[in-house]
Amino acid sequence: MDKAFDKEREVDNEAAFDKFRDCAVEVLQVPAEKVTMEARFAEDLDADSLDLVELVMALEEAFGVTVDESELEDIETAGQAFELISSKL
Amino acid sequence: MTAANPAAADEGRANRAAADEPDGGRVVLVTGGSKGIGAACAAWFAANGDRVAATTRGSAGELKPPDGVPEERFMGLRCDVTDAAQVEEAFGQVEARWGPVEVLVANAGITKDVLVVRMDDDAWHDVIETNLTGAFRVARRAVTKMLRLHHGRIVFVSSVGAFVGLPGQANYAASKAGLVGMARALAREVASRQITVNVVAPGVVETDMTAALGEARVGQLVGMVPLGRAGTPEDVAAAIGFLASDAAAYISGAVLPVDGGLGMGL
Repeated sequence: MDKAFDKEREVDNEAAFDKFRDCAVEVLQVPAEKVTMEARFAEDLDADSLDLVELVMALEEAFGVTVDESELEDIETAGQAFELISSKL
Repeated sequence: MTAANPAAADEGRANRAAADEPDGGRVVLVTGGSKGIGAACAAWFAANGDRVAATTRGSAGELKPPDGVPEERFMGLRCDVTDAAQVEEAFGQVEARWGPVEVLVANAGITKDVLVVRMDDDAWHDVIETNLTGAFRVARRAVTKMLRLHHGRIVFVSSVGAFVGLPGQANYAASKAGLVGMARALAREVASRQITVNVVAPGVVETDMTAALGEARVGQLVGMVPLGRAGTPEDVAAAIGFLASDAAAYISGAVLPVDGGLGMGL
């Protein structure tokens, strides 16, 4: 793949993560700097199952995607959730 | 809750104040609001200073503001609770005008009384679909927004029939008993957001639905009521209003009989 294409993808990805972070900040009421790819929902972001459902609903709306309940089973970090959403774009 | 977490309580009040602009008063939605218990609830909440949206599956024109309630504090909406699109539409209209629903009274209900041996699948299905699944639909829609508000009140209108099981009402009794299980599960799911979910179980109440039982049957039932009279829709509305009030903040997953003592202990 040529470099220009990679660069473009990277920029898209960054914009998408910004949007993802905005959703997380709003729904989970955490500071933006805590929403990193490595952040664990339960331990680092103090999010319970209801918070996660709310976040998913917000992400579905923001990104115009649909997430099935079964896809959420192994999601533990913000990064995993972001990858899931990204894979649908 | 207030003592343990005053910050959360303050936040709740701030949210409520914001939602109240510009008219003040909570946003209440009552399904099946054209007559009987639903209409009495609409009147109760309106008198309490709330803004009330009442729904009917008939024509919205059947819904008039209760006496003395100005048009700007009342909405009459057509909504058949068996149709998810109509539920969405009704909530959308309320939210567009007043913001998220803070109090939901899931009251819409029907009867199709017939003995089990003569009950066809439609009579079973229609009653479950309206009374139980319809209540689920409106509760699901309401809760979605209440989660963000971090407060909310949901009251399901069940029936003493859920516990005594009158002959001819297997479908109705099942639907009304189902509400209790649903309410308890939902109460646990949303408790962390200070949303309470409760059930009232009216007994013999002076409504069209009760009148349909026939005078003899109603007389017989009233004869079994310790308080010696049929209830009024206002009796039930007052109990629902209480469960929806701040005074009932510590009550969730409860079933409150409003039946003059008819179902005591059931």
